[in-house]
Amino acid sequence: MKNQFENRKFVVGGLLILFALVLLVKLFSLQIIKTSYRLSADNNVLRYVPQFPARGLIFDRNGELIVYNEAAYDLMVVPSQLSAFDTTDLCNLLSMDKTSLETKIQEAKDYSTFIPSPLLKQISSITYARLQEKLFRLPGFYVQTRTLRKYSRDISSHILGYVGEVSDKVINEDPYYKLGDYIGISGIEKSYEKVLRGKKGVNIFLVDVHNRIKGPYQNGRHDELPVVGSNLTATFDADLQAYGEKLMENKTGSIVALEPSSGEVLAMISAPSYKPSLLIGRIRSLNYLNLLQDTLKPLFNRALMASYPPGSTFKTINGLIGLQEKVLFPRSEYYCDLGYYARGIYVGCHNHYSPLDLTRAVQNSCNAYFCNVFRNILDSRQYSDIHESFESWRNHLLSFGFGQTISLDFPNELKGFIPKSSYYDRYYGKTGWSSLTLISLAIGQGELGITPLQMANMTAVIANRGYYFSPHIAKNIDGLEEDQEKTELKHFTSIDSINFTAIIEGMDLAVNGAPGTGSTARIARIDSITVCGKTGTAENPHGEDHSLFLAFAPKDNPKIAIVVVVENGGFGSTYAAPIASLMIEKYLKGSVNRKWIEDYILKTDLIHGQKEN
Amino acid sequence: MVRRRINIVSNLDWVIIGIYLSLIIIGWLNIYSAEFNESGKSVFDLSQRYGKQLLWIMAALVISIIIIIIDSRFYQYFASLLYGLVIIPLILVLVLGTEIHGSRSWFVFGNFHFQPSEFAKCVTGLALARYLCLPNIKLQNFRHLLLSLAIIVFPGILIMLQPDTGSTLVYASLIIVLYREGLPAIYVIVGIILTLLFLFTLIFDKLYIIIALIILVFIFYFFIEKRKRFFFTGITVFIITGGLIWLISLILSLNISIYFMIMLTLVITGIIYSILSYRYKLKYIMLVFVFLIGSVTFTFSVDYVVHNVLKEHQQKRINVLLGLDSDPLGSGYNINQSKIAIGSGGMLGKGYLRGTQTKFNFVPEQSTDFIFCTIGEEWGFAGGAFVVILFVSLLLRILYLAEQQRTRFSRIYGYSVFSILLFHFLVNIGMTIGLFPVIGIPLPFISYGGSSLWGFTILLFIFLRLNASRTEFL
Repeated sequence: MKNQFENRKFVVGGLLILFALVLLVKLFSLQIIKTSYRLSADNNVLRYVPQFPARGLIFDRNGELIVYNEAAYDLMVVPSQLSAFDTTDLCNLLSMDKTSLETKIQEAKDYSTFIPSPLLKQISSITYARLQEKLFRLPGFYVQTRTLRKYSRDISSHILGYVGEVSDKVINEDPYYKLGDYIGISGIEKSYEKVLRGKKGVNIFLVDVHNRIKGPYQNGRHDELPVVGSNLTATFDADLQAYGEKLMENKTGSIVALEPSSGEVLAMISAPSYKPSLLIGRIRSLNYLNLLQDTLKPLFNRALMASYPPGSTFKTINGLIGLQEKVLFPRSEYYCDLGYYARGIYVGCHNHYSPLDLTRAVQNSCNAYFCNVFRNILDSRQYSDIHESFESWRNHLLSFGFGQTISLDFPNELKGFIPKSSYYDRYYGKTGWSSLTLISLAIGQGELGITPLQMANMTAVIANRGYYFSPHIAKNIDGLEEDQEKTELKHFTSIDSINFTAIIEGMDLAVNGAPGTGSTARIARIDSITVCGKTGTAENPHGEDHSLFLAFAPKDNPKIAIVVVVENGGFGSTYAAPIASLMIEKYLKGSVNRKWIEDYILKTDLIHGQKEN
Repeated sequence: MVRRRINIVSNLDWVIIGIYLSLIIIGWLNIYSAEFNESGKSVFDLSQRYGKQLLWIMAALVISIIIIIIDSRFYQYFASLLYGLVIIPLILVLVLGTEIHGSRSWFVFGNFHFQPSEFAKCVTGLALARYLCLPNIKLQNFRHLLLSLAIIVFPGILIMLQPDTGSTLVYASLIIVLYREGLPAIYVIVGIILTLLFLFTLIFDKLYIIIALIILVFIFYFFIEKRKRFFFTGITVFIITGGLIWLISLILSLNISIYFMIMLTLVITGIIYSILSYRYKLKYIMLVFVFLIGSVTFTFSVDYVVHNVLKEHQQKRINVLLGLDSDPLGSGYNINQSKIAIGSGGMLGKGYLRGTQTKFNFVPEQSTDFIFCTIGEEWGFAGGAFVVILFVSLLLRILYLAEQQRTRFSRIYGYSVFSILLFHFLVNIGMTIGLFPVIGIPLPFISYGGSSLWGFTILLFIFLRLNASRTEFL
């Protein structure tokens, strides 16, 4: 049955072939040519579930466990998997009210219906145990295990630092971290984050479109096991640290104790402090806020970040520079008539025997003596002008580690401040200043900013008679070779070893001199241990002067170099010296016999007393 | 009419039956893969889709045998009755049907769903064939054409009301039947132009389309008008009218839209043209002008329908397909996941039951509308191409057999089967690989679903039955 339109069958058939070819070409390009879809498919179905390793433990120098981990449980919710459940029951279990539970779930829904969100973080193990029995009746909920820091002794928060959730900034910079991960934020936890954290593992699961895990991907062949963080042995002595913290209760200031022969930090106290256990778990954020708003700034690590004029303790340094510059000799004597007078400038001094040689000047802490020494240094004829001599003086100071960070492993260490000659040019003009203008530097006042750590380091230099090791807090890390090049590098100062003798003798006498010879720190004396010390009083324009004391002991083969700063503590001998002395006794003898001094210090309350005024 | 006895079984086209069975087996295997999970007990588990599909397949085989047994003349004589019988449930479903995913397309009997629209395609083909095979029916006759279109459009409208856009559009494919039976080419050309306009309206701003249309029409007119001076008269009239309207609105600072100005210009020039064409006996200018008015009106209507009538998700799907909207987790989700599944299959696929995308429910409707994803992912390009080739073979065979028919009825019905299957095949696979918007129609014989499997089986086997009897009548 032919008809006129029969040829149209070719049009129809042709179109069929044409369209089918279009399908095949598109199919070919989709499946063979483009590879991007294969990649998308992997991302689609593989869920990388990180496995968090336990963080490394931290021990003190004697091997006492200080920081360890405790399992914590986060209750997670996947809103898309939720079905009707007994809200009252869950509320009772979690001890939260119904509205806040509902808000939490709504928040999770707003974030994502398929991605798990934490409903309640860090629930206790008891709650977890009870919850686990009921979880099967709570579709959409599951518990994620994490570890939290736990402290065997609630001390040394500033040394240890704390761990918190990683910030967006870090996530952007370091691909290792993902939202919700924990990271060391200060102290050892920050400096040694990379070794303590270990390495996250990953379990790869196949998931369906609703994010439900359907099983391990290729039977876990591509999973990575987490690597547990390395344990760290710190250099501090937990007993000494705890004792120091106790002594500094109700005071503002800091203690830094170093082992001169290694640069190891034996104790580092910043007061007022806080208990490290305050900054873990669910209470962290609230406590952190409270600490942040505290007017006494307990989060501020004064040992590293506060800088003070060193006061009379600095006389030792000027003496050493004078000796090195050959403008001073141990037997040089200067008169002191209750102070130093020169061209209308007067630096007062206390009543003591006059004249004094270098050793006795250190013992008596004579201001006039060191004003003379300082002027001789700056006005020395070796240098063409004050700028040159000042820079020379400054370079000596820099060799002690002032004006720079010196530790190997403290984050957020302050550099302190040692002025350049240009600094004075700006104030007085190039020719507008002389040694007399800067006279307060002679006795450690004026434009000097030195941190307690730097003062302790300078004490270690004196104890070592000319060099120091970089202060550090990590003694040993499991499975990691110590970087001996750094820890065992002797930093020599510009002062010859021989020049220390007179100064050390003076420091010995300052503590152990016979009564009536003008010793400034007899309170620091310990029977059977030769303590060498030097008091200081940092002038404080904002209130009572700061009480400073630096000491090392024993005199021969020193084991400890210590500096104590008690803010608003007045004279160095008042509080700082007895505290330093107690610390030395504690460290070298293991216990303290001079209970009356201990009681005196423990009873002293400089914070609350001041508030009453 | 002389009739001779023939052996029905040996006269059945076993090529088509072979392809049919292959497609059904491929379909079931892939439904099993897509739906496979631990909770299923056996392949006969009726709580699982693959278990049910097995039941539907058995029933489909029974249905096909029944269709073969029935005398071929039954389909021709009762075509109108069958058409009427299927129209009734199409109306009833609008009232008694259960709404699923926003469409009232289903009768729900306990666990089983029944979709009447799947059977309407077959009877529409029968009714169309029945009408067109009547003596003296010519598609060049406008009244006859209108009636033919009515047969096609009526079930389409009922399905549109459910609403089920995908199944409605299937009826448009019957244009192929009309074309083969002598639909004047002008309609086809107009249809293509309208389709292009439709697409352009979705993609481009309607202002540009209207300007482009006006320019095109004048160029066209320039070539067909022999008396060139009338071309210049025409274009001058248009420009002056437009300019005047623009000036007036400017002077009176009337706040009217540019579209309104264009329409007003067109209407006024239209009146002037009709006077001109009457006086100077110009026939082309009016023809061209009517075309222009029609196109512009059409553009406006499409624009209106798309933005005011179509539901938001339908608009979005169209936009995503046309690349106007990129929203991989929103309305583009289906198509994106589908492309990922198929694209990850590669040359030979991931292996049977090894597809990760389809297995874990990334692809929605994976055992029904998106079953081709499972094929593409697990069997790769080889499997996908094989299915395409099977369909092409089936369609070519149907086309060939339709042309062999001795009665107009059988040929028209054959073409209906061809058109409907072609549309489903192209659009279903096309949408899974991102060539067509996702309109949700099943892949014949392969997609899960009793109604669709039975519907297509009936559709195909009636043709097989008619074909088996083609030598019966001399």
